[in-house]
Amino acid sequence: MTQATLAGLIGAALVGLGLYGLITNPQPLRKNLAFNLIGSGVFLIFGIFARKGAAAGFPADPVPQAMVITGIVVAFAASALAVALVLRLHEETGRATLRPDAWTKPPSDGAGSE
Amino acid sequence: MSVRLALDIGLALLVFAVAARTIFARGAFEAVVDYVAYGLLLSIVWIRLFAVDVALTEDAIGGGVTGVLLIGAAARLRSAETVAAEETPSGSLRVFAACLCLLVTAVLAGVVLLLPDPGPTLAPQAAEHLAETGLGNPVTAVLIAYRAVDTMLEKVVLVLAVVGVWSLAPDRFWGGAPGEARAARPEPTLAFLAQVLPPLGILVGIHVFWAGANEPGGAFQGGAILAAMWLILMMARLTEAPPVGALWLRLALVAGPAVFLAFGVAGFVMASGFFSYPPGFAKPLILFIEAFMLLTIAVTLPMLVAGPPRREPRP
Amino acid sequence: MSFALDVFSIVANGAGVFFFVAGIVGLLRFPDALTRLHALTKADNLGLGLVVLGLLTRAGSLLGALKLIAIWALVQLAGATAAQLIGRAVRRKGPAV
Repeated sequence: MTQATLAGLIGAALVGLGLYGLITNPQPLRKNLAFNLIGSGVFLIFGIFARKGAAAGFPADPVPQAMVITGIVVAFAASALAVALVLRLHEETGRATLRPDAWTKPPSDGAGSE
Repeated sequence: MSVRLALDIGLALLVFAVAARTIFARGAFEAVVDYVAYGLLLSIVWIRLFAVDVALTEDAIGGGVTGVLLIGAAARLRSAETVAAEETPSGSLRVFAACLCLLVTAVLAGVVLLLPDPGPTLAPQAAEHLAETGLGNPVTAVLIAYRAVDTMLEKVVLVLAVVGVWSLAPDRFWGGAPGEARAARPEPTLAFLAQVLPPLGILVGIHVFWAGANEPGGAFQGGAILAAMWLILMMARLTEAPPVGALWLRLALVAGPAVFLAFGVAGFVMASGFFSYPPGFAKPLILFIEAFMLLTIAVTLPMLVAGPPRREPRP
Repeated sequence: MSFALDVFSIVANGAGVFFFVAGIVGLLRFPDALTRLHALTKADNLGLGLVVLGLLTRAGSLLGALKLIAIWALVQLAGATAAQLIGRAVRRKGPAV
């Protein structure tokens, strides 16, 4: 079992773990974290493709590496947008939840927030 | 079992354990701190996969800048921590989710274990034309030369994310500045760090960008370091975030993709087609484009972390 | 000569790892945030210093060695600042920060 296979298996495990967190965690911020875990697991699986494609004097195929770099930056941009949305939701309704029936603005004297 | 394999297995188990802590942590702040630690450990795994550029990017952007973003969010969302009873997932949902996730993991693990060895690869084609681009780092060549369209579109995605974040401001704040105002008396320890670190950080960031032509590095990693320096200055409140209506800010944000696209279209005139570089002149052109990419990334990442404008624009 | 350098490198790295482990033991066993912070910062700075010392002999060039020392100095700076900030936060808001 080489390091590449090990990394690929960990990537698979991370995708499963992240998916579990995405489904069962009710808070949006933690869903975002779980989604980032899924993303990094998928990138690790790219990593094993890169390592197994070692040829022509390179220790790893450069094309999957470039795709992973692009993916990391885009994942950060998506996380930033998601976090901005959750913070705005929290400002407007006083809660951070995805249940629609909880999205009523608390009374303006602030007595309604927990 | 060799020592190296034992270390690799230990590292893999550690990464999985920290990721599991992230999912099963009790509070959001704990989960975020675990996620940052997970990102840093993951970069070591990338080094073991001989992908040093990816390790640098994962450290800088995945661990560092994402960490700043999420820690700030977790701190602000602390008052909304309590989860209503209707929302806690029931036992049957957890069991179903666990079975689904085990299935997904098993399928992916099967894919990983059934890969041919050696696998399909584009490395020979990448190596063939590397000398023409004048670069020594194949990953940079893939990013800026072979798959330039992907990188340019990714820049556009970054700009779209900034537009999305800014559009969340209430109407009356449009044109104002995000973040907090400059403090009259900034906190001394943080101010000390923010005065000592940025000169060195700017030097290191530009060096990482410049060295990315021949060694691991590049515009993304260098840009993330420069972005971190600006973020430290903003967090220490030695400077405030610029107003979103500022012209220089908007120009800096679009400079990267605009210059990239301009040279791509100019490829019709200068060389053989869209996004092709004239032979013999490729490396200076690539470095020129990368410099604007560096500027855009260094400006975009802090703007994404700072968030939507929260103050009225000054007349 | 190179054998002596290797032995020195192993000893220094081993001592550095020992200090890291001591810091982790302090993190797990000390009762409150400030004592844990103390254990972590002292042990980690010394541990990293010893590891850098052990790696200096394998640096390969003067520039590499200077970069290692610069890394140690930067981690010291960042670690000291972070420890001060955490300590101040704990003192202001109480232990359950």
